Amino acid sequence: MTDHAPTIPRLPPLLGQAMRPLPLLPLTVTLSALSRRLAKRHPGMFRRLGEHGNKRFALDPTDLPMVFLMDLRGGRVRLSAHRKAPAAEARIAGPIAAFLGMMHGAYDGDALFFSRDLVVEGDTSAVLALRNAIDDAELDLTEELADLAGPMAGFLRAAVAQAEKQSGVVLHRVDTLAGGWA
Amino acid sequence: MMELVCPAGTPAAMRAAVEAGAHAVYCGFADETNARNFPGLNFSTEEMASGIAGAHARGAKVLVALNTFPRAGGEELWHRRLADAEAAGADAVILADMGLLAHAAEHHPRMRRHLSVQAAAANPDAINFYAEAFGVQRVVLPRVLTVDEIAAINREIDVETEVFVFGGLCVMAEGRCSLSSYATGKSPNMNGVCSPASHVAYAEEGQDLAARLGGFTIHRTPKNQPAPYPTLCKGCFSSGDQTGHVFEDPVSLDAKHLIPALAKAGVTALKIEGRQRSRAYVGEVVRTFRAAVEAVAAGRPMPEGALARLSEGQAATAGAYAKTWR
Ligand code: SF4
Repeated sequence: MTDHAPTIPRLPPLLGQAMRPLPLLPLTVTLSALSRRLAKRHPGMFRRLGEHGNKRFALDPTDLPMVFLMDLRGGRVRLSAHRKAPAAEARIAGPIAAFLGMMHGAYDGDALFFSRDLVVEGDTSAVLALRNAIDDAELDLTEELADLAGPMAGFLRAAVAQAEKQSGVVLHRVDTLAGGWA
Repeated sequence: MMELVCPAGTPAAMRAAVEAGAHAVYCGFADETNARNFPGLNFSTEEMASGIAGAHARGAKVLVALNTFPRAGGEELWHRRLADAEAAGADAVILADMGLLAHAAEHHPRMRRHLSVQAAAANPDAINFYAEAFGVQRVVLPRVLTVDEIAAINREIDVETEVFVFGGLCVMAEGRCSLSSYATGKSPNMNGVCSPASHVAYAEEGQDLAARLGGFTIHRTPKNQPAPYPTLCKGCFSSGDQTGHVFEDPVSLDAKHLIPALAKAGVTALKIEGRQRSRAYVGEVVRTFRAAVEAVAAGRPMPEGALARLSEGQAATAGAYAKTWR
């Protein structure tokens, strides 16, 4: 326990620059598969969004050369990667580690906001609803991707564990409960 | 040991609280019956039933907050939620409205009734009235009392008292503040929200972050400074020749070091605020306070450790427990 704000790791600027020329298509393909899977496996998360479940959220990791769009219009979930900020009802910006740490139960969203690691623009209610819905869904991105990776799952898990150790970015759920609750 | 009553805005936060050592959790349904009626929060009828079953299986109690004031002509929703809470196995309901208390006493006599902080019962006469008229068994005291005043109250009442020890501060005697409705049309007592997010807008203006509520700028924070939520009473205003936090600073309550004094004052339960916070927050705060109440019960010194980084304004106060008013 500490009384200092957790230092949110930032990816080295060189890494961001190196990623700039990479095509976004493979990422968008993975994101589409991931969004279909999330919609199927976590319907409660989308139910929890209520009236905000038909909006677009721009998620802007400030240390990566891309912006993600989560588009929930038309009762579907679509995740995509963009070079420039796409039109959206709400925008959340901050280091990628803040997004992933919050999603994995390592960091508190309000605390990241008070410390200004995260910046919110646009529809504040929608952002709160999204944050609460994701927090309740107890997501584990590594496990979701490992399931998509099929026979490559073992390799993916090992690579993620390495990346996590090297970068300090939280890439899996931290509060997995023994046995879980029914 | 003093009972630790912990917030659960979602089923996941309820699990986090119980796993972290909560003796009891409090939560509410996802509608206006609950004073934390925020987007994306709270429990459906099914989630309430399974959450309570899970908590009971792990030895924790669940207190269901139905702590807003029913609208005239709309009481039916509150009555239905009382029945839902009992059917789900709630250990108690937390109520503020006298009509709802009377209804609960008459129709759900076996379910424990706690008096919500929203009722703002802050003296022995008021508390004894609620106890006699409605069989209230515990009262949550407003955050305006000193430890000595709490001790004085406990000497003159027979019901249990519960006090806030950590989290966001509402500086008024709760249940009596309508400040938020002047800027947004919505207030805690009528709509379950204070300074609601639907009326909040942030804007980066040069180096500053401006936080607005209903179009009024409540804070302007320079770069690299902690950014508080624009709660109306914690805004920066000009009044006469004074400019600053006229009502209250954007800090939150941390009364951990007062736990031994509160125990001596006869307090039964300690409440942690924060149903709008994440499971990460709930887990960390509950673990810290569980260690503290265990230490106090065993006569050991209070374990060190601060939670300031989780707090609004990243600063904490002992609140009214040791307060000098402006
Ligand atoms: S404006 Fe402040 S004092 Fe009034 S209800 Fe809201 S938090 Fe409480």
